[in-house]
Amino acid sequence: MKKIEAIIKPHRLDEVKEALSALGVAGMTVTDVRGYGRQKGHTEIYRGAEYTVDFVPKVKVEIVVDDSVATVAEDAIVSAARTEKIGDGKVFIYDCESAVRIRTGERGPEAL
Amino acid sequence: MADINVGDTAFIIICSALVLFMTPGLALFYAGMVRKKNVLSTTMHSFFAMGLVSVLWAVVGYTIAFGSADGPMGKYIGSFSKVLLKGVAFGVTGVDGHLIPESVFAMFQGMFAIITVGLITGAIAERMKFKAYVIFAAIWVLVVYSPLAHWVWGGGWLGMAGLGALDFAGGTVVHIASAAAALAAAIVLGRRKDYGSSAVQPHNLPMTILGAGILWFGWFGFNAGSELAADGVAGTAFMVTHLAAAAGMLGWLVAETIQHGKPTSLGAASGAVAGLVAITPASGFVDVVPGLLIGAAAGVACYFGVQLKNRFKLDDALDVVGIHGVGGTLGALLTGVFASTAINAAGADGSLAQVGKQAVGIGAAWIFSFVVSFIVLKAIDATMGVRVDAEVEETGLDLSDHAETGYVL
Repeated sequence: MKKIEAIIKPHRLDEVKEALSALGVAGMTVTDVRGYGRQKGHTEIYRGAEYTVDFVPKVKVEIVVDDSVATVAEDAIVSAARTEKIGDGKVFIYDCESAVRIRTGERGPEAL
Repeated sequence: MADINVGDTAFIIICSALVLFMTPGLALFYAGMVRKKNVLSTTMHSFFAMGLVSVLWAVVGYTIAFGSADGPMGKYIGSFSKVLLKGVAFGVTGVDGHLIPESVFAMFQGMFAIITVGLITGAIAERMKFKAYVIFAAIWVLVVYSPLAHWVWGGGWLGMAGLGALDFAGGTVVHIASAAAALAAAIVLGRRKDYGSSAVQPHNLPMTILGAGILWFGWFGFNAGSELAADGVAGTAFMVTHLAAAAGMLGWLVAETIQHGKPTSLGAASGAVAGLVAITPASGFVDVVPGLLIGAAAGVACYFGVQLKNRFKLDDALDVVGIHGVGGTLGALLTGVFASTAINAAGADGSLAQVGKQAVGIGAAWIFSFVVSFIVLKAIDATMGVRVDAEVEETGLDLSDHAETGYVL
């Protein structure tokens, strides 16, 4: 099994979710996060004073999939999240040692 | 009490309620501009004044401000004959044909004392110990606000009974007095740890804008009600108050757009408040065009005024000096330029001499409030300390001083 963690632009979340659903990915976890990469931050102005905000809002999507699906899922996320502008985000893939469905006790890919 | 004017009485009761409503409006206005860990602390600064100041006003504040001005010290402080509002339930006040119950007058004036204390708290946001604030507010309303109200409106040396400085609804008593105290507080407290960094950005601007809207709404009671009668002067005050707020918003946004390219929502709210502040002393004395000019000038002047603190590295956190100090001073001066006896026969006509009188009133309010506030704050700092420790400032004052959090999400 592989765990895929994608940091994406918030407004691409629906497209990413649709693309993964189409591949049969059965669940995901989504978190609002803040961070910066090459995009760096942005400027905000309050009462004439400029402030540089370093951390920009992003969405983190986490899914766990069977090894056979991992590359396809990765490609699906990349193409759904891409706007070709700076700040599109990143995708990370890790090995996942085990998974348990709490309700039934099923283990491994069966639990996904 | 057979001689009271029922129309005027009804009007001033409603205006009193409008002025009270400004204080929770101010709480929203300020609380939206702080970080979420201090939303309740900042709200309480204003809201709590409704409790504290009301009681103190009844006990002794009212008599200091509006007790008899006869007697040897009468030019500076009212007599103590109305402690605990003695006899106020049976008194009447006002001019012939426009008498209202003194109970209504005392409550109307008490609402002004509440919001004036609330206004100061923009400067102490996010770092003053709540208990130290309570002591400061209690002393301040009795030793600064009440005597100053006496000087200007209670028959004292500065107002129409003395020098003749014009202040229709509180440019000096409310706005300059609160700004001078705010300046003293910003100096004594020092800067917040995160001053000047992006960490101090406002956490909820829609809340601030709703607060500004409530202030605008309540300000009609504040200014029109200050005529103490439902007559033509009240009508003019209402009209120019509204127009100055509108022009203030436009003035601020134009200046901001020229400097930074984008009109901000906080700028729209701040500009409207700046216009309202500046028209306060002038409302009831000026016509439409001066009203528009005063509002627009205040919008521009306060926009640059709020940026002064960055030059002086002072942490007047929510810009009490930049808006109420600059706007109040500008409005009080321009009252001396634009006042017209055609609008209000009880006022004066604009002249260089009147501007001079206005300048004396402005200077007196700035110096008196600043010096006394500074001494009181230093004394509190020497005994119990005015500032929370660094760890509390990091965690937020909601939890440390009130054992609550504003948002559970």
